[in-house]
Amino acid sequence: MSPAPAVTIRVNDAELRVTAGVTLAVALHDAGRTVLRRSASDEPRGPLCGMGICFECRVTIDGVPHRRACVVVVADGMDVRLDA
Amino acid sequence: MAGRPDAIVVGAGIVGAACARELAHAGLAVTLVDAGFVGGGATSAGMGHVVLMDDSEAQLALTAYSRSLLDELSPALPRGVERDRCGTVWVAEDEVQLEGARAKQSLYAARGLESELLDATALRRLEPELRPGLAGGLCVPGDSVVYPPALARWLADDAVANGATLQEQVTVESVDGSGVTTSGGCLQANIVVNAAGAQAPALTPGLPIVPRRGHLAITDRYPGFCRHQVVELGYLASAHRMDDASVAFNIQPRGTGQLLIGSSRELVGWDPAINRAVLARMLARATGFMPRLAGLSVLRSWIGFRPTTPDKLPLVGQWPELPGLWIAAGHEGLGITTALGTARLLADLMLGRRPSIDPAPYDPARVSAAVG
Repeated sequence: MSPAPAVTIRVNDAELRVTAGVTLAVALHDAGRTVLRRSASDEPRGPLCGMGICFECRVTIDGVPHRRACVVVVADGMDVRLDA
Repeated sequence: MAGRPDAIVVGAGIVGAACARELAHAGLAVTLVDAGFVGGGATSAGMGHVVLMDDSEAQLALTAYSRSLLDELSPALPRGVERDRCGTVWVAEDEVQLEGARAKQSLYAARGLESELLDATALRRLEPELRPGLAGGLCVPGDSVVYPPALARWLADDAVANGATLQEQVTVESVDGSGVTTSGGCLQANIVVNAAGAQAPALTPGLPIVPRRGHLAITDRYPGFCRHQVVELGYLASAHRMDDASVAFNIQPRGTGQLLIGSSRELVGWDPAINRAVLARMLARATGFMPRLAGLSVLRSWIGFRPTTPDKLPLVGQWPELPGLWIAAGHEGLGITTALGTARLLADLMLGRRPSIDPAPYDPARVSAAVG
């Protein structure tokens, strides 16, 4: 079985090879990144609902803050900032 | 239940809580009563901008005095009050408004109040998100922001720590010369303070206070987007108009990185529904000054009711139509700013102490049919 196609994204300036066609939340989860940001009271936060409702998985994508990792599909060259 | 209090303060918004605290510190046995909970009305709906305002000499005197009282109190305040001495930046769109900023600067200088005139370059250096092409502005560094319900709660708690009694979820139904009648029974006292904000006329017929509705919106967290409370000088014109709905650009950075965006003013009674057309105008006004606001997410919007008097000054002092009744209400959009000054003034008058500022402009007698 041939390996799944992959794309390269950058997470806090580090390159990361991830499966093409998955959401950013899945890609980060596969890479062991489950804490994506800190709450106002400095608690860890990460994907909860996985379907765009809870807003817990917000990250900065290509300079735009507060995008939901669970509803954005990874793309080659995507720049991701985790505030975690 | 404690014994008969010396004074009953009706309304535990920031003004009532401050009055209860001031009277408790003066040694009076105080009962503070609220139909809901401390700081749950207009106090929690407002921005929490502690700001010098100078529509009149009396307004400047009360805002400056109150601001200095907050400075004194500041070291004692817990973190939750979120006091941030971020200052105000007033924005002038054109030369006419910049002339207004110059006049403010001279006035403040004459009163020993710090402010700095800004040209267009200095303005954008302070607040880079402002659009190009603005004329300049005025920075008032001594202004600050607080989280109003937390400050009101602290004031009420401090009153209780000094012997006051707090009764929440108790509705005062009427006031007479010997005390109040509440949903929990009668409560007697020689002194009653009506600090019920825009609800004050329900207890004291004849008080010319009307609810003036405002909208606010709060965004997600965008730390560093702006650093001061930024207000257009056109706000003053908006605040003066009493006809139809008016909006003005007013933005405040919170400690969390969130942005509070205002402001609107409407006379529509107690209608609790958000007026989407007015909200849209308000946000469009804001993006006109800070274009990149349009790309930020608003989490929530809400309304509140400012207690407005005909001359835009609060009513602070004895009510001539009922012996023993005092008023501390009608602070419009300045209740957070002027609560501490109001409370000190009220206590000074009540206890025969010499007030630090002339109390005459705030005397409720000016609107009483019995005197007028």
